[in-house]
Amino acid sequence: MDDEEVSAESSPPAAAIAGSAAQGPTSGVSDNPLFEYLCRLGDDRLVLGHRLSQWCGHAPILEEDIALANFALDFVGQASAFLALAGEVEGKGRDEDALAFLRDEFQFRNVQLVELPAGDFAFTMVRQYLFDAFDVLLLARLAQGSHPAIAGMAAKALKEATYHARHSSMWVERLGDGTEESHQRSQDALDHVWAFAGELFATDAVDSAMAEQGIGPDVASLRTPWEVTVRETLARATLVVPDEKRVVTGGRRGRHSEYLGHMLAEMQILPRSHPGATW
Amino acid sequence: MSAAASITREQVLAWLEDVKDPEVPVLSVVELGVVRDVLLDEDRVTVEITPTYSGCPALQVMEEDIIAALATHGVHDVKVRIVFREAWTTAWMSDEAREKLRAYGIAPPLVSVNDDTTLVPLRRARIIACPRCGSHRTVLKSEFGSTACKSIHACLECREPFDHFKDL
Repeated sequence: MDDEEVSAESSPPAAAIAGSAAQGPTSGVSDNPLFEYLCRLGDDRLVLGHRLSQWCGHAPILEEDIALANFALDFVGQASAFLALAGEVEGKGRDEDALAFLRDEFQFRNVQLVELPAGDFAFTMVRQYLFDAFDVLLLARLAQGSHPAIAGMAAKALKEATYHARHSSMWVERLGDGTEESHQRSQDALDHVWAFAGELFATDAVDSAMAEQGIGPDVASLRTPWEVTVRETLARATLVVPDEKRVVTGGRRGRHSEYLGHMLAEMQILPRSHPGATW
Repeated sequence: MSAAASITREQVLAWLEDVKDPEVPVLSVVELGVVRDVLLDEDRVTVEITPTYSGCPALQVMEEDIIAALATHGVHDVKVRIVFREAWTTAWMSDEAREKLRAYGIAPPLVSVNDDTTLVPLRRARIIACPRCGSHRTVLKSEFGSTACKSIHACLECREPFDHFKDL
């Protein structure tokens, strides 16, 4: 799909923000908050993992091609574990593959940040860093949570997230404090995604239920430590934090930008065209 | 005859020594710490395994290999269960396993696990000895290598590139 190709030319158009206002069907959010929560955890990882996998064979240097493919593998693996558990919790016989490949766009619970097209290398790394810095904080808290299976998966994923954050922060610094061109592309990326990053910290009844049960943190409380870390890195990268008060939300309830449906069409076509195919 | 009635946990673990990590074929799934436990009940053997990395593509192969290996010993009712009780760590690797890795040309994980989350880039933090000549004059080329568990380094002494099994 042409508009889904990784492009060395430009970041995703600002029109992506318009997608946030799109009114579409929501899946009738499940009355099982644990299922919803596990889908959120899984879908963020699945969608971001797929976006990262689109760099395979396209990255600017071989080492980065390998690194991004490794990132993708980690995220898809984490998604698989969280979605498998979601399927068990739901108790309707859906496994991780059914949840990944047979749900429609409005049933996905990922934040819009992760579904934006991969863009250029600067966009990919800036978006990645903002997510990774959040992920390290989130997973550390989930690993200490009251749900043993989620805590175990989070402890595992935290080790990977630490590698990711280390790598993406290094690139943000290098690109931001690099050439005029790499600086400008990084700044453009940051200006574009900042409003989307806010959705990571938006809370609703599902988050409150998880916090009350001690399963997950109040994500809003992660905003301050996240900003402290991120602002430090961005300052070293000579990037300016946008003066952006808007927060683009909706993903957690199944409202997505125009990009997710296209991505899913590509990601899901094989199991949908050939149900039950094995090889 | 029920399989589990006549065998022991130790026996199953010994058989599993023959199942190697497909990506690091000098280490068994037991030495690697992927096998966490073996449970026997009347008619079934359950092998609990944990992934090294969440997305490790070798996990499915290991699962199939475990089932195939136990079948050669007449154990056919085998369930492989993936568990996340404790996050897998290279700290579980024995000295003997580390030496096997080194002899195979992969610099083994360091004994102390790098668990700090201060996000210091690895190139500033770790010194990895060359598995071929033992020199400490080595450089990190890439934190990510041919598999999720390895990074790529080069030796400035003997000039050989090499893999390092990352500390996790």
